[in-house]
Amino acid sequence: MELFEARDVNKVFASTQALTNVSISVKEQSIFGLLGPNGAGKTTLIRIINQITAPDSGEIFLNGKKMNRTDISQIGYLPEERGLYKKMKIGEQAIYLAQLKGMSYRDASNNLKKWFEKFDIMPWWNKKVEELSKGMQQKVQFITTVVHQPKLLIFDEPFSGFDPINANLLKKEILNLKAEGATIIFSTHNMGSVEELCDHIALINKSKKIEDGPTNEIRMKYKTNIFDIKYRGEFRNVDLALGTDYKIISHDESEKGNTLKVQYLNGKSNNELLSAIMPAAEIMSFEELIPSMNDVFIKAVEESNKI
Amino acid sequence: MSSTLLILKQEYLKRVKKKSFIILTILMPFLIAGVYGLVIYFSIKDDTEERTIAVYDATNLFLGEFSDAGTTSYHFIPKEEYASLKTNLKGSGYYGLLFIPSDIYSNNQAQLFSEKQLPLELSEQIERKLSRFIENDKRQKVIAESGIPDLEERLSHTQTSVNLSTLKISQSGETKKSSSVVAFIASYAMGLIIYFFVFMYGAMVMRSVMEEKKSRIIEVIISSVKPSQLMAGKIIGTALVGLTQVAIWVILGGIGLVVVQSFFLSPDTAQQMGQSIMESQGQMNPAAMQAAQPNQVTEAMEMIGNLNLPLILFSFVFYFLGGYLLYSALLGAVGAAVDNDEDSQQMVFPVTFPLILSIMLLFPIAKNPEGALAFWCSIIPFTSPVAMMARVPYDLPLWELLLSMGLLVLTTIVCIMAAAKIYRIGLLMYGKKVNIKELIKWLRYKG
Repeated sequence: MELFEARDVNKVFASTQALTNVSISVKEQSIFGLLGPNGAGKTTLIRIINQITAPDSGEIFLNGKKMNRTDISQIGYLPEERGLYKKMKIGEQAIYLAQLKGMSYRDASNNLKKWFEKFDIMPWWNKKVEELSKGMQQKVQFITTVVHQPKLLIFDEPFSGFDPINANLLKKEILNLKAEGATIIFSTHNMGSVEELCDHIALINKSKKIEDGPTNEIRMKYKTNIFDIKYRGEFRNVDLALGTDYKIISHDESEKGNTLKVQYLNGKSNNELLSAIMPAAEIMSFEELIPSMNDVFIKAVEESNKI
Repeated sequence: MSSTLLILKQEYLKRVKKKSFIILTILMPFLIAGVYGLVIYFSIKDDTEERTIAVYDATNLFLGEFSDAGTTSYHFIPKEEYASLKTNLKGSGYYGLLFIPSDIYSNNQAQLFSEKQLPLELSEQIERKLSRFIENDKRQKVIAESGIPDLEERLSHTQTSVNLSTLKISQSGETKKSSSVVAFIASYAMGLIIYFFVFMYGAMVMRSVMEEKKSRIIEVIISSVKPSQLMAGKIIGTALVGLTQVAIWVILGGIGLVVVQSFFLSPDTAQQMGQSIMESQGQMNPAAMQAAQPNQVTEAMEMIGNLNLPLILFSFVFYFLGGYLLYSALLGAVGAAVDNDEDSQQMVFPVTFPLILSIMLLFPIAKNPEGALAFWCSIIPFTSPVAMMARVPYDLPLWELLLSMGLLVLTTIVCIMAAAKIYRIGLLMYGKKVNIKELIKWLRYKG
């Protein structure tokens, strides 16, 4: 079931095309990675979802219904460029922001206290923001994004400014939120976290969507048919057996066993590679190398830039 | 609670709870009273400088007639000393040198030399002394020549001083005592207060917008509420702070008035105040001065009472809100458009120029409230809040007031709509140097 959908969204700023016919759909209780180089149009799309800007054409739906202004209380948004009122006490401020999202004072206060405990920042409740470290402020911002239990969460670079320990804490919380039923749109340049967290990604480049699909499928799509093979036997024999249909990228011989990195060319399959090698050596392990999200990102963007 | 209300409450409490607000609100009336008190004090207090004026009297008639007055004393000198002093006054210890020529009776001319610019008061004093003496002397001669008994006493009965009360006839035919001086003070004060309020609170709105933009909280806020709601909450919340301040001042002022009335108010305080305000502007308006001779406290009070207080109060609130809404919307848009203080300085000036102009023209407008300058300034919406407030105490044609108010409302609505557009676009625009041309381009954007 789709929680969120954008159909054929277009947006032009002055003379720059920010989005061209972009459509995405986000399944309920999933994490959707919105990826793309700087200036691709991600932030514009996110702002359209948040009803900060209106699209020139195209429609957006939440829960199957066309979104309107009142729906934004069901969204929690953590912008990339974020801040807080410097002179305000953080507890008071968090309550105010939660109230703006439609919570009552009492609910806001109760929920916030739970979150503050969880993130270990309760002692700072009455401190002013300017007295807090940047990481601490980021925690407060994260809390104010999720405290009103929105159905749809949008995180734009949530990990920037966090140390590895707190980044891990945040990752855990994001997965927790998903387990509890939240749907998350996640925009980042940190491809490691995309592999870890995202069920589905869309890649935007120069205002156009160039890739869209479940994370694993996309990675599979960009695989280059390269395999890591460990075997016992003579490299010479293997080399002979593979012939010209396969390209050996590298090989290494050691006492623990020989390794081989090989790529098959068009028209071949995993099993054919396996059967080609089998007569020449004893296979110890056979692993297909799936490109990292990082590789996928770079490749996809470079290819689309060539066109 | 609706978002606008929530923002309004937040903006209001944030400011009212500030220590600086509380201190300023309580101190401001004393400060203003203090400043004007000083001006009045210095303008009416006695000169304390010791001055000795050397007098060379060629007629030999005035010896003994120049009694020392206050801190000024007169010293008669012989002709030889006069000649040397005239070329060498400096270092002689004399403040000035008065020469009374022998033909003063026929010519009515005397000369006063000095190193420094003489105070007006001193030369007037000497003029008075000389004139009175000569006039008296001539009259005595006439009396003696006429041979009519008791002539002097009979003549003294003819001396008359007319006290002109200015009365205004209202449309119903009623006459009311009015005082140009009281109206002048009221009109000047009103214009000033409006100016300060519009400027102060408009700037407050601008700073608040800039702060949100600078701290980058703005994106979170406008993903929760519409920019228009944010702007409305901010502007209304800040206006309420201003009204709170006025309310406190009205209460303080009421208490102060009672206190002043029972202890300090001297008969001609009102007049002196008027005089000193005019003097502080470097201009005199003798007509207005002579017109008012309120001899008693009650009379001054009556004249204040005869100002159309309900109308003045209503107009004040109206023009305060109108002017404030107009300028705070514009300044709010400026705050949204720029992202650093220097750029804001550049933008603020063109926006607030009409307001500054209106305060510069306040004096001539208050002095001549029926003139063309006053008329146009009070009709044009960007200057009308200050200019019209300066005219209201004088009773002006109703149609002018209504026209001015209507135009102000219309302009304010148009400006708020334009400002809202700039505001929405500007809030998330960073790192772009914005000028008026750019803003006009923004106004043409759709959506």
